[in-house]
Amino acid sequence: MKWKQLVRNKPFVIGASLIGLLLMLMVMSLFYTPYGPNEMNTAMRLAHPQPSHWWGTDNFGRDIFSRIVEGTQTAFLIGVSSVAIGLFFGLFIGAIAGYRGGWTDEVLMRLMDAKLAFPGILLAIMLVSVFGPGLGNTIVALGLMSIPAFARIARSGFIQYKEFNFVKAAVARGAGATRIIVHHILPNIASPIIVAASLRFSGSILAEAGLSYLGLGVQPPDPSWGRMLSEAQPFIVNAPWYVLITGSVITVMVLGFNLLGDGIRDVYDNKS
Amino acid sequence: MNRELLKVSGLTKHYPLPRQGLMEKKQVVRAVDGISFRIREGEIFGLVGESGCGKSTTGQMLVQLVKQTEGELYFQGEPVSGLSESRMKALRRDIQIVFQDPYSSLNPKKTIGWTLEEPLIIHRIGDKLQRRKIVSETLEQVGLDASYMDRYPHELSGGQKQRVGIAAALVLEPKFIVIDEAVSALDVSVQSQILNLLKELQEKRGLTYLFISHDLNVVEYISDRIGVMYLGKIVEIFEAGVADKGPLHPYTRALFSAVPDVHKRKEHAVLQGDVPNPIEPPGGCAFHPRCPAVMDICRSEVPQLRKVGSGHEVSCHIYAEGE
Amino acid sequence: MTNSLLEMRDLEVAFTLGKQDYPALQQMTFQIGEKETVGIVGESGCGKSLTSLSIMGLLPGTAKITKGEIRLDGKSLVTSSAQQWSGVRGKDITMIFQDPMTALNPLMPVGKQIAEMALLHLGVSRKEARQLALDMMAKVGLSRVDRLYGDYPHQLSGGMMQRIMIAMALICQPKLLIADEPTTALDVTIQAQILNLLRDMNHSTGTAMLFISHDLGVIREVCDRVIVMYAGYMVEEAPVEELLDHPRHPYTAGLLQSLPGADKRGRILYTIPGRVPPLTGRRTGCPFAGRCPSATAICAAEVPQMKKAGEQHLVRCHLVAG
Repeated sequence: MKWKQLVRNKPFVIGASLIGLLLMLMVMSLFYTPYGPNEMNTAMRLAHPQPSHWWGTDNFGRDIFSRIVEGTQTAFLIGVSSVAIGLFFGLFIGAIAGYRGGWTDEVLMRLMDAKLAFPGILLAIMLVSVFGPGLGNTIVALGLMSIPAFARIARSGFIQYKEFNFVKAAVARGAGATRIIVHHILPNIASPIIVAASLRFSGSILAEAGLSYLGLGVQPPDPSWGRMLSEAQPFIVNAPWYVLITGSVITVMVLGFNLLGDGIRDVYDNKS
Repeated sequence: MNRELLKVSGLTKHYPLPRQGLMEKKQVVRAVDGISFRIREGEIFGLVGESGCGKSTTGQMLVQLVKQTEGELYFQGEPVSGLSESRMKALRRDIQIVFQDPYSSLNPKKTIGWTLEEPLIIHRIGDKLQRRKIVSETLEQVGLDASYMDRYPHELSGGQKQRVGIAAALVLEPKFIVIDEAVSALDVSVQSQILNLLKELQEKRGLTYLFISHDLNVVEYISDRIGVMYLGKIVEIFEAGVADKGPLHPYTRALFSAVPDVHKRKEHAVLQGDVPNPIEPPGGCAFHPRCPAVMDICRSEVPQLRKVGSGHEVSCHIYAEGE
Repeated sequence: MTNSLLEMRDLEVAFTLGKQDYPALQQMTFQIGEKETVGIVGESGCGKSLTSLSIMGLLPGTAKITKGEIRLDGKSLVTSSAQQWSGVRGKDITMIFQDPMTALNPLMPVGKQIAEMALLHLGVSRKEARQLALDMMAKVGLSRVDRLYGDYPHQLSGGMMQRIMIAMALICQPKLLIADEPTTALDVTIQAQILNLLRDMNHSTGTAMLFISHDLGVIREVCDRVIVMYAGYMVEEAPVEELLDHPRHPYTAGLLQSLPGADKRGRILYTIPGRVPPLTGRRTGCPFAGRCPSATAICAAEVPQMKKAGEQHLVRCHLVAG
């Protein structure tokens, strides 16, 4: 890794700090939140930010800060799991398509195209309406959504690198397909994949927010930023901070991952 | 005379082209079109020709990176096609390749030590310690020292990379190495170092080379025999450096005459036109549209490679009469 | 000697890396006479391409002329504005490159690309430009030019593309043509055609030529006079036969000896030990001192000056008596 260059890259540093901060909040939320995330206080409904409730309370008198912090768990869980699903299947499909070529490639890639042609969020809505809303199904739906993107990157990397002489030389020395893929091709296409993963991460979190906003994502009582945003909407006049704070947190996380991805891309694409 | 190490018989490679339309006939590029030759143990066989003549495809078929469409390849008398996977793997120890471009022939993410050790791991040779020893010994043989093991390709100059490429081909102690334009990308002063190294290794280890190059000066210097290719066919095979056995084929003559000489300004017979499209090669002798000595028969009949003297074969109607 | 057309005097070009300047060309002093063909030969990184780029005013952003003068017909190019320079470039001085495929616009018919040059620099009408282009295409040995005019670069072979490049370069009847490795990417039989063409064009149009190559054989074929470069310096300059038959600089001699060929079969090739020092690692003294078999104490301490070693023969070496 080119840590020295990464550390000097501004987008990377800003992105990493934002994500780092959110990660710290998530770890903290596992042990401590100022209030219970579902603890209602009917005497304090829609309270504005104040020392006892830093970010105010919602329409049931729940502490917004506590709920947001608790929501980081859902956000990271969804991001990590859906990217992991997309990465695993995407790399697998892309690698086979790119390495084998011919009509294997043709069939797999037309499948991926069919999936890309579908607006991702529609697909997710469809899956969730068929299999029912909930955390698990949301993750599966978002994971499936991100497969084609990874498959495309992996495929083009494989097609490019399998023609390189060092790959041919390894074949001539008796290396099998697994060795070629794991040792010779994957390390060379790692950086575009890392970039894509960080961008997909924010995409998944955003999509989850969208689904939950529509009531199809994570179900109560699990806290979710998307659902909080949807719950905040009716009170946009009475309690604007509720919408603003929730929206900003989502923005910060998405921005963080995008900056992280941009930074890595800058450093790796400039020098080969 | 040494015994035969490798025999190529009617070797052919056709690449299909994507169909132009649904009803169109499928077209093929005849990259290599039925070539035959033998290479003796300890020999350096040079293969020359202009771009697109099929010399690199031939080299890749000999190391079985490319599967032939037709024809057979015999290594130490044994046919190579239809070998079981384990026999094939064993054969890969004996036959190696060194590529032209030193920049793309080493994995940029791996250290030199890793690259050199990999073939030994694949073929389960030695333990960790023994492998390190083999690697450092091989590095020394190509003029580098053990400190290079921990370096990455981008830290090396072109010549050093080419030395590593040669070392990687040597670690398995092969009998036969295809050297594909391995000195073409190098500057003159580095090229001479690598040529000396290749020659020295060949003599010390009794290696056999197929030396592919477009640089005729290099091929004439290093080869024992030279095969000349034109549009997928071998048009002549002759012994290098034997004055009275110089090339006979009009193409070979034009090719050698076109090479600029540092010692004198030459008036050369310039060959007109370009190499024809290998998808639709001319009928008869493929060289006839450019041949200064073309005859009627050349347009209709494909000449065969015929022996015209010891170690000398030509595929040209001009030399067919004496049979 | 004929009148000098291009004159380079004590030119120095440096690359700025970080905060430091690294000279990549030093003490470049030579002339090109009218109708003359001068060759520059050397290995990669010696500065031969940089020399041509500085004449064209096309130095990369990190490089700049730090000293010296380039004059065309007595007019200084170094002090002229970017606009003046671009008026010279393409009209008085033109250039052809190693790889014609990347030098031609892939989306424009080749004939039109030639005509554009005439349109841009000669102030002729579209129709006249087309006719000039067709004439030029025939002159560079292309056949069926009417049909070829509308073809796109990818439809042509490498040799034909290089002919198109030459037609583009010569249509405005420039005073100087810079050919940077024009045949390196071509096959030998095509190389022979292009070298013949360049020689013929030099004779028939009287355009002077600066011919850059790494191939001494090619240099012998086309050049009248040749300059050998090493690590940013000219190390030897002489008429081509004189230089190749009686080299005086140890580098030139070593280079010639290390060439492979049929005459050296069975012998070990001579090798110049070591390698060219990188731009950032050049020290004081003679640039070749580190690799020279006969270097002495003075070689490591002082850069030798170009001095006369015969009629029209200049050498930068302490060991050659002036």
